[in-house]
Amino acid sequence: MSITLQEQPTTDRGFWNDTGKTGIGSWIFSTDHKRIGLLYFYSVLGFFLVGVVLGLLLRLELMAPGRDLMSAQTYNALFTVHGVVMIFLFIIPGIPGAFGNMVMPIQIGAADVSFPRLNLFSWWLYVIGTVLVLLSLFTGGGAPDTGWTFYVPFSARTGTNVSLALFGVFILGFSSILTGLNFVTTIHRLRAEGMTWSRIPLFTWSLYATAWVQILATPILGITLVLVIAERMLGTGLFDAARGGDPIMFQHLFWIYSHPAVYIMILPAMGIISEIIPVFSRKPIFGYKMIAFSSLAIAAAGSLVWGHHMFTSGMSDTAVLVFSFLTFIVAIPSAIKVFNWVSTLYRGSISLDPPMLFALTFILLFSIGGLTGLILGAAATDVHVHDTYFVVGHFHYVMFGGTGFAFFAAMHYWLPKFYGRTYKTRPAVIAWGLMFVGFNLLYFSMKVLGMQGMPRRYYDYLPEFANLNMVATVGSWILAIGLVLMLVNLFKGLFKGAPFTGNPWGGATLEWSTPTPPPTLNFITEPVVTHGPYDYTALKHDVREADSGVTP
Amino acid sequence: MTHAPHKDYSGAKLGMWLFLFTELLLFGGLFVLYAVYLARYPQEFASGGHQLNVVLGCINTLILLTSSLCAAMAVTAIQQDNRQLTLRLLGGTILCAAGFMVIKYVEWSAKIHHGIYPGSARLVEGPPGESIFFSLYYMSTGIHGLHVLIGATLLAWIAWKVRNGSITRTDFVILENGALYWHLVDLIWIFIFPLYYLML
Amino acid sequence: MTTHSDEHHIISYRKLTGIWLILLVLTALTVAITRIDLGGFKVAGALTIACIKAGLVIAFFMHMKYENRLLQILLFVAVVTLAIFIGFTFFDVLYR
Repeated sequence: MSITLQEQPTTDRGFWNDTGKTGIGSWIFSTDHKRIGLLYFYSVLGFFLVGVVLGLLLRLELMAPGRDLMSAQTYNALFTVHGVVMIFLFIIPGIPGAFGNMVMPIQIGAADVSFPRLNLFSWWLYVIGTVLVLLSLFTGGGAPDTGWTFYVPFSARTGTNVSLALFGVFILGFSSILTGLNFVTTIHRLRAEGMTWSRIPLFTWSLYATAWVQILATPILGITLVLVIAERMLGTGLFDAARGGDPIMFQHLFWIYSHPAVYIMILPAMGIISEIIPVFSRKPIFGYKMIAFSSLAIAAAGSLVWGHHMFTSGMSDTAVLVFSFLTFIVAIPSAIKVFNWVSTLYRGSISLDPPMLFALTFILLFSIGGLTGLILGAAATDVHVHDTYFVVGHFHYVMFGGTGFAFFAAMHYWLPKFYGRTYKTRPAVIAWGLMFVGFNLLYFSMKVLGMQGMPRRYYDYLPEFANLNMVATVGSWILAIGLVLMLVNLFKGLFKGAPFTGNPWGGATLEWSTPTPPPTLNFITEPVVTHGPYDYTALKHDVREADSGVTP
Repeated sequence: MTHAPHKDYSGAKLGMWLFLFTELLLFGGLFVLYAVYLARYPQEFASGGHQLNVVLGCINTLILLTSSLCAAMAVTAIQQDNRQLTLRLLGGTILCAAGFMVIKYVEWSAKIHHGIYPGSARLVEGPPGESIFFSLYYMSTGIHGLHVLIGATLLAWIAWKVRNGSITRTDFVILENGALYWHLVDLIWIFIFPLYYLML
Repeated sequence: MTTHSDEHHIISYRKLTGIWLILLVLTALTVAITRIDLGGFKVAGALTIACIKAGLVIAFFMHMKYENRLLQILLFVAVVTLAIFIGFTFFDVLYR
């Protein structure tokens, strides 16, 4: 593998310019995986911010007992839309769509994904699904008020515009399937010469495992949503107890998808962490094979445990026992990852650059979220905290503290590579500090509130919960300030900052061997891979060769 | 690095198979419901199943198996560079699809005529399991019928491409993938037929 | 990179027609065994035959018999996944 040493960003600005096409059409009809990745990035980031604003409004309403800001119906619509936007528009398509598209083909030494046009099509499906979901807020009977889980019988009966929202989510699911299909085919078929399965970077491994979940689980969500729409429009009665249907079957079908879906959300994030930790520890990753294997193991085991969302919904005791037991199995591969990251850090030469700070935060927050997950996975304790703020705290620790922070880590790690310019470190670190503090104030309070028995999704609460709710709301402000500071600093840097060239952090994966920004076809010469993705000794050797002018 | 204009046949086929997996799982959701509700309402399912027309179901099975044969032979024909035969066989498949849909239409309209459709007064007042049976029947055959229509449209587009020479003996992966999709439609019916028409 | 052969197996019309005939016979057999009273075996019998028919379509019409091992394994994974989804649901349904 040749290492390109650069003093300046490529003069032609790589894929930004080298097609010779400009204007919006060169983006929204582009089949270049990097452009599609950026399209996804800005779309999901936009909706993340929408979700953040909705979340801040929810926290404002909950700041004090009683009505503060909005009516109960608005509140119901708001938490539904917050959930739908965050889950289906941000976190599921987020990392695979944005960073998977941008980075994965380069990491395996390919010029693009297997089906570039299909890739563009899935972004368009994402846009169409999004538009439908947004339309559902302002048309028909008003914004859906079911919560993002769309549980029957309420979702089958409420007068709000649930059908359109469901159809929008159906389209989004289709988009997700096509991305998964594309990635599996790409990873199987387009690896460069020498890119054996044991040399595939761990981010790509995690995307591979994710893609399988997308392919095999998403269709079940699709049919479930179609059945709810049919229930509303045709009166099929399949989930209607009065007609012989079983509402719990909806929950089964829904969670058959939606539990594996949490691994669609977290696995790519774990992949990002597995890339960043070794680079900033200057040490090969500890237990490469086990991390790659544990991604597949999480995907497989994660498909067996959907019932743990239903411990209190009237499922049989046998099922509660089986699903509770199986849930603990998922903890094993997750813990394997955490132990391996920590072992990689051990005696490493750690540099606390912004990507690393976010990655380390991921490990801490994900571990807290994961361990509280075990409390929910154990049937006995779950009965106590089910549907309380404990659950809300738990999944925000895993999803925001985990996937969200990994997304931020990826932004600071990879975006400079694609822009050729970089951000200032100090404001990024300050922003990280604010977010870390705000995050824990916000969600730790929720966990405590849940233990004390405050139910989730309630518009109002008892006065004894007032103090911690105030703390949580203040935390949400600190978090938001940190977020704004981070984004301003990042984008100011990407558009106007100092040049970013070569391989400043010394990554050994292929994306650091291409020019910055990469050209449309990613590589100047077709890469031949001669060493593993975390083999820094071989990298130094390559660089010396490059210095002495052996390779251009 | 330049884009090598080579076509990755295995890649294209792998992609198609992955897509077929998603179709399989989509119908899988309906099979989950079928299994659960059959376990709960065996009598009602039996009385519902006996109201379906086995003869029409049989004819449709024969039609779909024949259409699948045509599709499979079309792939062989293009591999042997027999474009005329490929077109005829694809035409046969599409014709079968049309026949299938006509029979489906006859079946459905007879049922609807008898007041059997989701949410109908007769089903709402009847035993709960029977309404479940017919709702599942309509959803399964309806979504399957939709796939028949999509598959037939796809094959018509492919036939057009064979005609204008963009699918040839050396470059026929689109035809092969179209045929794969059609076989999936057949596969689903192979299960729907005994589940709803025969074994109850 | 995985090696890929560009040679395609051509299945003869004769073989395809043979498979089609077997499928027709199996269909007739399903109809026959479900018209007589076999009790619980009716469901098992009908589904077993359906599985055999599906296997034939996949192996020959869909060329799976001549595909590489990878596709065969992946198909197996997909089918097992579906079986798990159906089977695990019954932990609830059977014992409620």
